[in-house]
Amino acid sequence: MADLSVNICGIPFKNPIIPASGVFGYGREYEQYYELSRLGGIATKGTTGTKRTGNLPPRVAETPMGMLNSVGLQNPGIDAFIANELPHLLACDTVILANIAGSTAEECAEVAAKLDKTDVHMIELNISCPNVRQGGAAFGTSCTAASQVVAAVRKATSKPLVVKLSPNVTSITEIAKAVAAEGADAVSLINTLLGMRIDLRTRRPILHNNMGGFSGPAIFPVAVRMVWQVANAVDVPVIGMGGVMSGEDAAELMMAGASAVQVGTAIVQDPYAPLRIIDELNDWLDSNHIASAAELTGSVKPW
Amino acid sequence: MKQDKYTEKLTYSVRSMEQLTAAAWSMVIECPDVAAKAQPGQFVNLLPDGNFTLRRPISICGIDREQGTLRIVFEVRGKGTAALSQLRAGDTVNMLAPLGHGFTLPAKETRAILIGGGIGTPPMLPLAQYFGANAVVISGFRNQDAVILQADFAAAGAKTILCTDDGSAGRFGLVTLPLEEEIAAQKPGLICACGPLPMLRATAAIAKAEEIPCQVSLEERMGCGIGACLVCACRTVDPDGTEQYRHVCKNGPVFNAEEVQW
Ligand SMILES: Cc1cc2nc3c(=O)[nH]c(=O)nc-3n(C[C@H](O)[C@H](O)[C@H](O)COP(=O)(O)OP(=O)(O)OC[C@H]3O[C@@H](n4cnc5c(N)ncnc54)[C@H](O)[C@@H]3O)c2cc1C
Ligand SMILES: Cc1cc2nc3c(=O)[nH]c(=O)nc-3n(C[C@H](O)[C@H](O)[C@H](O)COP(=O)(O)O)c2cc1C
Ligand code: FES
Repeated sequence: MADLSVNICGIPFKNPIIPASGVFGYGREYEQYYELSRLGGIATKGTTGTKRTGNLPPRVAETPMGMLNSVGLQNPGIDAFIANELPHLLACDTVILANIAGSTAEECAEVAAKLDKTDVHMIELNISCPNVRQGGAAFGTSCTAASQVVAAVRKATSKPLVVKLSPNVTSITEIAKAVAAEGADAVSLINTLLGMRIDLRTRRPILHNNMGGFSGPAIFPVAVRMVWQVANAVDVPVIGMGGVMSGEDAAELMMAGASAVQVGTAIVQDPYAPLRIIDELNDWLDSNHIASAAELTGSVKPW
Repeated sequence: MKQDKYTEKLTYSVRSMEQLTAAAWSMVIECPDVAAKAQPGQFVNLLPDGNFTLRRPISICGIDREQGTLRIVFEVRGKGTAALSQLRAGDTVNMLAPLGHGFTLPAKETRAILIGGGIGTPPMLPLAQYFGANAVVISGFRNQDAVILQADFAAAGAKTILCTDDGSAGRFGLVTLPLEEEIAAQKPGLICACGPLPMLRATAAIAKAEEIPCQVSLEERMGCGIGACLVCACRTVDPDGTEQYRHVCKNGPVFNAEEVQW
């Protein structure tokens, strides 16, 4: 049995596997399958200042080895999250990363300020959600906007702040450096790539929103590349994600530079995916005589 | 298929497979734990073997608690259902079930009209078995070649009325005509429907005008199937008039017709 524990920004995780924001709701649906305390942590559904109803359906399309979604940040708003979901999550004996978003820097800061007064362990600021027209995309795709929103949120909270980056940029390292300079304690990546599918028969895009976020195994090589680039560019820890389907995928992302790994689409396919990935990672470490998962981080030997 | 202890939990064996029409297949799955809990109107979410990311939702068409089996009937529409149609007795299938909120059933003695359109007819079978002779099953199909399950409905003791779009089998035309006739003959205590949206909309409108409780089973593209990913949204209205999105996989697939924003 390898030592799976990792530490990010002083917060201890039992293991490095964390359900990604948006696929796990607030955990309740998964409790019928297993105890959430077995997870390294949970990144909760993106929460905004006020309730959002989300986009018109259809909101999902299958793609070769992946999927598109256009949920549009449907959520009950930060006050309802803190009142109805957070107490239950905090009783689950795992690290809770409250994922937040907003259409303005002020909204993000206001949400962070409210979370600052709770016992939540970490805040994950989504500056990259490509779904909401006025929303995250604008922040995550320019260094100025990204710096502004991170600066505003940084002022609003002393909690460990993870900034979740968008891959839909020319240079992700520039954005990573900009948010680290404004006080981000860690970065997580990658959020979904922007994608589109069309129904040939009707000539309509499958998603009602026309475009949506592309995730799943098809994006894994992009995730490995970006995690590697960012880990080499900033001093803060990196939480990696994007298409992780197995323990070996998790090990690969850690070698590229990730301190922990989030799992999204794999859970949409199979509720047990995180537990299977934890076991597979452990088995892989054991069979390669590696004592601890943390040793993997950044251990790639580039040419 | 990879076999670890978690995948095993969702792995079931196919008891039998039967081709019903050129496109439609009937599959019986051995799943005592699922059959023990399953309710009419719920669905199963199947992950076909191959390069598929998403599961395929299919309604439950038969629940046999003694045999510990479920039956599903599905039509080949795309690659996923084509892959599922390749399965044979003894093969295994990856299934998450039972899922969703099914029909809310009044007493068996209630006169119930059950409407099925095309591949929407399978979920009506457990209802026909429940209401027996008190059920009238009105099914509509494109043509004679697409007709399924009529003998099963008759075996359940239900009155069956068959309609086709082209008149090649049963009555010519839409299911709403016999629906109105049956209501006029004797007002039912419940209407249940599953099928294409225009058919559901028309059925719901008739039920509303006649003040008959109506439950409909809806379809939407799905991801997790358990209410977490929020992709399967459908627009609903609360009694106080507020509109909101609810989720077909968890709040449905069966909804009261008045709840649905048609
Ligand atoms: C609650 C529910 C119950 C259903 N019950 C039955 C049933 O009893 N028998 C039956 O034949 N079919 C049923 N369907 C429809 C069935 O799920 C689709 O025909 C099937 O998913 C198509 O998959 P495919 O790979 O063959 O098609 P593709 O078009 O290749 O599928 C691509 C993607 O779109 C999704 N998709 C395509 N059409 C539909 C659809 N109509 N509804 C939902 N998702 C769709 C697929 O799941 C997949 O993710 C039901 C759907 C729902 C939501
Ligand atoms: C259905 C769905 C909803 C998502 N919602 C959010 C969200 O609310 N906030 C967010 O930061 N990321 C969201 N994401 C992105 C994921 O957290 C993750 O970054 C992305 O899917 C890549 O990982 P994966 O390939 O393992 O899914 C969502 C992804 C999916 C599939
Ligand atoms: S399919 Fe995930 S919430 Fe319905």
